[in-house]
Amino acid sequence: MSAPPAAQTSRAPGAAFIFKKALISALVALVLFSLMIGVRTEAGPQGQLIYWTRFGDLAAMVATVFGGSIVFELLRQWWGPVGTIRVVPPAVQSTLSLAGRLIAPVLLVFTFLVPVIFYNERYILDLGILVLTYVMLGWGLNVVVGLAGLLDLGYVAFYAVGAYSYALLATNFGLSFWICLPLAGILAAFWGVLLGFPVLRLRGDYLAIVTLAFGEIIRLVLLNWQSVTGGPNGVTGIPRPTLFGIPLSAGDDGLAAILGIEYSPTHRIVFLFYIILALALLTNWVTIRLRRLPIGRAWEALREDEVACRALGINTTTTKLTAFATGAMFGGFAGAFFATRQGFISPESFTFHESALVLAIVVLGGMGSQLGVALAALAMIGGFELFRGLDQYRMLVFGMAMVLLMIWRPRGLIGHRAPTVFLKHNQAISSDLVKEGHG
Amino acid sequence: MSGDHILSVDRLSMRFGGIVAVNDLSFNAERRKITALIGPNGAGKTTVFNCITGFYKPTSGAMRLVHDDGHAIRLERLNDFRISKLARVARTFQNIRLFPGMTALENLMVAQHNALMRASGLTFLGLIGAPSWRNAEQAAIDLARTWLDRIGLLDRADEAAGNLPYGDQRRLEIARAMCTKPALLCLDEPAAGLNARESAALSELLLSIRTDHGTSILLIEHDMSVVMEISDHVVVMDHGVKIAEGTPQQIRDDPKVIAAYLGTDEEEAIAVMESGT
Ligand SMILES: Nc1ncnc2c1ncn2[C@@H]1O[C@H](COP(=O)(O)OP(=O)(O)OP(=O)(O)O)[C@@H](O)[C@H]1O
Ligand SMILES: [Mg+2]
Repeated sequence: MSAPPAAQTSRAPGAAFIFKKALISALVALVLFSLMIGVRTEAGPQGQLIYWTRFGDLAAMVATVFGGSIVFELLRQWWGPVGTIRVVPPAVQSTLSLAGRLIAPVLLVFTFLVPVIFYNERYILDLGILVLTYVMLGWGLNVVVGLAGLLDLGYVAFYAVGAYSYALLATNFGLSFWICLPLAGILAAFWGVLLGFPVLRLRGDYLAIVTLAFGEIIRLVLLNWQSVTGGPNGVTGIPRPTLFGIPLSAGDDGLAAILGIEYSPTHRIVFLFYIILALALLTNWVTIRLRRLPIGRAWEALREDEVACRALGINTTTTKLTAFATGAMFGGFAGAFFATRQGFISPESFTFHESALVLAIVVLGGMGSQLGVALAALAMIGGFELFRGLDQYRMLVFGMAMVLLMIWRPRGLIGHRAPTVFLKHNQAISSDLVKEGHG
Repeated sequence: MSGDHILSVDRLSMRFGGIVAVNDLSFNAERRKITALIGPNGAGKTTVFNCITGFYKPTSGAMRLVHDDGHAIRLERLNDFRISKLARVARTFQNIRLFPGMTALENLMVAQHNALMRASGLTFLGLIGAPSWRNAEQAAIDLARTWLDRIGLLDRADEAAGNLPYGDQRRLEIARAMCTKPALLCLDEPAAGLNARESAALSELLLSIRTDHGTSILLIEHDMSVVMEISDHVVVMDHGVKIAEGTPQQIRDDPKVIAAYLGTDEEEAIAVMESGT
């Protein structure tokens, strides 16, 4: 959604430009809505077609689009990114880096304390677990989309592979969560490589379409392979995680009984909270380390310029595959966690909606930025809950908020890039220099 | 002329549909020498580079690269990244291809990918921060620092490559190619867009790469002052075929070259050639 050249060169492209743009939008709206709104059809009592026209509504709609387009363009001019500043201004840099340095530890400490502070508020704890799951998924997808620049619309497939791996291994073979967790990650990574092979040569839209299809294929297999996956009924009775073999249940061998404290179902929630927190932090730690290793630099270089990578002797095939596999592995971990938390999984949990949500988190956060992704997950998942009171307008408000954010910060909350190695100054790189890859 | 050839191109042809971009071209590049490949626009020079560096698969012909230890490699049988990795042929691009969102230093680190990959135990040693990896990383940073110093970019090492002035980007791309420790360095119009002072500095850099590193250079260049000053051997192409080759002196005085190079207007051609020296 980059601003047109006219808006780039001067802050005020002039009334003519705005008017023209609004006119085009209105025209498109007219064509689109003339059938959708302009004509209303219904089946009559004898099955015959009844239709009547609603040109008034149509006119109102087109007028709204026309006016909205003007307002939108004006907003973009007032709030949009200024001109073409290629260097992050020093003042902004220092504030950002200070905020960046502060936000992360503060958030981390706060997250650690959430179960203590909100011990009696089950709702908040559940929400916290949900947010952390999406933080982890976001960080996992960030490897593929943010670092390697490969647009993956089927990330939920790996989430599903992880979840079903754990669910099936645990229910069929009685393996414990802690054994299945790495297995789920490995299996998901394996599927990541399998998906990687056919899409290696694809770029941009084609890559997006194939990954999207892959996500759907996995879901359809889960839905139809009744004998193994249980089909639409899913897998039930997935065991809960144990603490070194001690279940967190109300029984005599449960943790509460052993510690001699009164059993409370909250124990398990808190336990789950810390598991997903640990998993998310592991994802973060590994990603940060990988970025400073040759493989991580190769991912970013691949995003910047694939041809140059090949000229430098970098095997772009394996580099892409490792990115897919690493991202998939984290997705698999998250999936295994999801299965153990829910105790029940079905293909319904792994629709395209999930892929889109995770991708939105990555894009909104600023591709490549770990902190940005975490903040975006908090805003998306937490914010969505915040608007719960608005009922049916929730989606609308939420969509508006996202559109505004994308106008204000087209490259996400934290769009600039931190270098992986430096000699003297660790200075952030402005987002307009950083490429977005083939996505 | 039976020198020690690092690269022998033998009857190379490259067709794109009906266009014959390179037609039966043969030439040699001598070891530890600078060989210039010149010719008017559209002569097929970049296409030759793309064949040598594996970006195009030649329609026919052979390209043989002989390393210092006598090990010979048939370039047309390797593809893609293997030419850089195994044959150690590095290149730069006519339209600069740096990693603009990465710093100058990072660009040079990416160039050392294969060596660092080995040192990091395919990432696993690096992930646990093994000392052997740390040493290798430090050595890589030192090599990058040396090159940044040589191209005069040490002070701007931590700036985004896309933010550097044009001339600096050109030199950074050469430094990046050199960080792969190549046996043969292919430069596609390194002086394009440089001013006179920058061109002179570039000539110096290329000469020092040849003498100090013993790297052989294959150079495409339109700037005749650079070509005449530093090349040991010049190959002239026009419409995909070789029309002349020899020392810079011989090429400069060859009327066929002058005619081809600047159209039919020989007066103007001679004037340009002379002003270039
Ligand atoms: N990928 C391609 N597909 C089709 N034609 C191509 C391709 N690459 C090059 N050509 C054609 O081959 C011919 C030689 O092009 P090339 O880029 O090698 O010339 P050049 O000598 O490098 O010219 P310049 O000095 O302008 O860089 C041109 O006619 C060009 O149009
Ligand atoms: Mg060219």
